[in-house]
Amino acid sequence: MERTKLLLGAAALGLVGNAHAEYALNLTRGVTQLSRDIYDLHMYILWVCVAIGVIVYGLLTYSVLHHRKSKGVVPATFHENTKLEVVWTVIPFLILLAMAVPATKVMIEAYDTSASDMTVKVTGYQWKWRYTYLDDGIDFFSTLDAKSNEARQLGSKINPETVEHYLLNVDHPLVVPVNKKIRFVFTAADVIHSWWVPALGWKKDTIPGFVTEAWARIDEPGVYRGQCAELCGRDHGFMPIVVEAKSEADYQAWLATQKAQTTAKADEAVTAASKSFTLPELMAKGEAVYNANCAACHQANGEGIPGNFPAIKGSPVALGPIDEHLSIVAKGKGAMMPGFSKTLDKVDIAAVVTYQRNGFGNDKGDLLQPSQVPSEN
Amino acid sequence: MSAVTHEDLHDHHDHGPAKGFLRWVFTTNHKDIGTLYLTTALIMFFVGGAMSLVIRAELFQPGLQFVDPGFFNQMTTLHALIMVFGAVMPAFAGLANWMIPIMIGAPDMALPRLNNWSFWLLPFAFALLASTLFMDGGAPAAGWTLYPPLVLQGGNNLPFAIFSIHLLGISSIMAAINIIVTIFNMRAPGMTMMKLPMFVWTWLITAFLLILVMPVFAGAVTMLLTDKFFGTSFFNAAGGGDPVLYQHLFWFFGHPEVYILILPSFGVVSQIIPTFARKPLFGYSSMVYATASIGLLSFVVWAHHQYTVGMPLAGELYFTYATMLIAVPTGVKVFNWVATMWKGAMTFETPMLFAIAFVVLFTFGGFTGLMMSISPADLQYHDTYFIVAHFHYVLVPGAVFALIAATYFWLPKWTGHMYDERLGKLHFWLTAISVNVLFFPQHFSGLAGMPRRIPDYAVQFAEFNAMSSIGAFIFGFSQLIFVYVIIKAIRGGQPATDEVWEGAAEHGLEWQLPSPPPYHSWEVAPLVK
Ligand SMILES: [Cu+2]
Repeated sequence: MERTKLLLGAAALGLVGNAHAEYALNLTRGVTQLSRDIYDLHMYILWVCVAIGVIVYGLLTYSVLHHRKSKGVVPATFHENTKLEVVWTVIPFLILLAMAVPATKVMIEAYDTSASDMTVKVTGYQWKWRYTYLDDGIDFFSTLDAKSNEARQLGSKINPETVEHYLLNVDHPLVVPVNKKIRFVFTAADVIHSWWVPALGWKKDTIPGFVTEAWARIDEPGVYRGQCAELCGRDHGFMPIVVEAKSEADYQAWLATQKAQTTAKADEAVTAASKSFTLPELMAKGEAVYNANCAACHQANGEGIPGNFPAIKGSPVALGPIDEHLSIVAKGKGAMMPGFSKTLDKVDIAAVVTYQRNGFGNDKGDLLQPSQVPSEN
Repeated sequence: MSAVTHEDLHDHHDHGPAKGFLRWVFTTNHKDIGTLYLTTALIMFFVGGAMSLVIRAELFQPGLQFVDPGFFNQMTTLHALIMVFGAVMPAFAGLANWMIPIMIGAPDMALPRLNNWSFWLLPFAFALLASTLFMDGGAPAAGWTLYPPLVLQGGNNLPFAIFSIHLLGISSIMAAINIIVTIFNMRAPGMTMMKLPMFVWTWLITAFLLILVMPVFAGAVTMLLTDKFFGTSFFNAAGGGDPVLYQHLFWFFGHPEVYILILPSFGVVSQIIPTFARKPLFGYSSMVYATASIGLLSFVVWAHHQYTVGMPLAGELYFTYATMLIAVPTGVKVFNWVATMWKGAMTFETPMLFAIAFVVLFTFGGFTGLMMSISPADLQYHDTYFIVAHFHYVLVPGAVFALIAATYFWLPKWTGHMYDERLGKLHFWLTAISVNVLFFPQHFSGLAGMPRRIPDYAVQFAEFNAMSSIGAFIFGFSQLIFVYVIIKAIRGGQPATDEVWEGAAEHGLEWQLPSPPPYHSWEVAPLVK
């Protein structure tokens, strides 16, 4: 049976033709001690199953070939054998014990997040990841790269084969040092996601309102790719994860530039917040902010998804008092609409509110300046 | 075993079925209701199958060619709900209705009017569910597990889906009560519990599982409803609730549910193998105890579906050990089937072919199940195509093969005609080969890192997905042969004898009634020695 399956597999592969060079058949061994322990455990159980399979399928095949009426066999009449039945209850039990012991060891290892060198907070959003370096104050979002995003649209006519790392590439990868015990803490902003990089050996659900944790100590510098593993809505298939593991020196250099950029951005934001913008300026910026933060639900054309997500186009909120509009964008509404006061700065909020009031043919005509956005935390 | 006495003892006039369509609306006859269930299941099997072909067409190549990702999610959700609640469960309910009274020597089910009602709830439940496809925002798209908070993002589809589940739950509970009462009260003289055919035993245990878990599921989805519409916060952290609580409730139902789908399959296979091996079932009593232990264990292993939610270490380990234990009684079953075949005088008619394929391929799904019970390894397997492969192996060449085998096995009894054996065998080989082309490659794509429930994928998964899709279309269209064979047998064919299969009369009461059986199956209870 197994042999038949392999042959069938090979035949079907040939049928499909030009097999992609990268395809793999098995779990990756990964790049951490934990991932290798999980791989070894996987192979161990796999071989135990193969051994039991050979015996069971062997006996079954023998019986099918030989115990046939067409061979003139007279059927036996036995229908029980206590000794045999005890044996095939006890032996599997012992085999299970032999699996449970190493499984326990590896699970204890996987759960030991103590004595970590650094902590990264991972927040799942529909449909992107946010990485916060709790020790260094660095904080950024990571979304599907533009090329994949263009190619993955329905009817894009772009051949995915021509896109490098199709669906497995992001704009800002998570950068971490090698040989450091990294503790990850996970949470989510909207629905449950699951952060999975096979090379690290595990996945962990990110749950809104709760914190879960896991850890990794990566041995080799390199780029490791993964995906969200828990169904999280329409674009669940399009929120990849890229982890870039750098040597300590490279990591420190990266950290320094990030910190400098963060400070510069903060200064810029303070200056910008007091500046006065024109309507076209706010509209241009607002469109970018809208597409990155609102379009997933309310849609790029502002029409929403009837029954699920309200339209912005012609909505009483976008055409009503500006204070109430601002309040919904800043603080959120109900279970589904998150508040953006913590994720967007004043300029972004002012721009997106202005865009929503004047875009999509709303043409309300008023605008919101960053200085009118109340300060948050 | 018994003698059928065809004397005219009944003092009431033998009213046959009513005429025309109303016969099916008002029927309280166990065989009519069984036929209704089986027909509904077959239709829903094609509806759910068509949805899976939408999925496989989209996944044939990387890139999005046919459907929007949101619609793709509706398809995966409805495919699963329809296959579980619309195809497999009603099909087994149909077999139970048709066969249990006949197999225990009863004239009908114990509660015939309840029986009518439990069937007739189904069309309304499916209409509610299907209507969501035509709503603004479409059908539920959060997966058949309906996890919050995602499922709460659905619009008006949510209450419709939930009311549909309520109706299905009421229907299942009533059917289960009927089956339990029938088995406990309607057995022929001499038919002691330890003489019950395995199919009856497995259904008895299944019925208890249904009664115990369907209310939990109904409760959990009702909590979703109040969270969405009445301001409660059972599953909303912002209000002090916990989204993972839903998962615990769901899987407390969901794990026994998978045994609800597979235990009657065990029963079917335990009827078929002895018949065609011309040998009694090996280890009857250990089969009964193994089924009961699987039923009991199914209540204490639910969180193995949640190894990645961040349970405490002790929880992970407990659920690992408890889940591994299920391998013991399941192993006993497989060994018993092989021992039944051993030194038998086998022939390989279509039901036997499907039953043997069941043993081989269900066992294969059992192996991957054992692998996934190991929590640290499951940190990799979870939510990938590896699990998709696993549960399809136990549900398609598992439960569905058992259903097909049962249909071929009992079709001559039901219709009074032999089916076309040549077409049956063609159906078997096409099905058995294509099911492996369909699901076997999914083990590889899963291990290589492909998550489940995605409409598009990285190019290194292209080969395996293309194979799967080809297999899916061959598998799907091969089932049309099955429908043709059934219709052909209903319309006519070589008349079936009472025992249908050589020597079958020794293997159960159903083979002692005429083919087809009289309208009131056993008007005079047979005496079972
Ligand atoms: Cu996600």
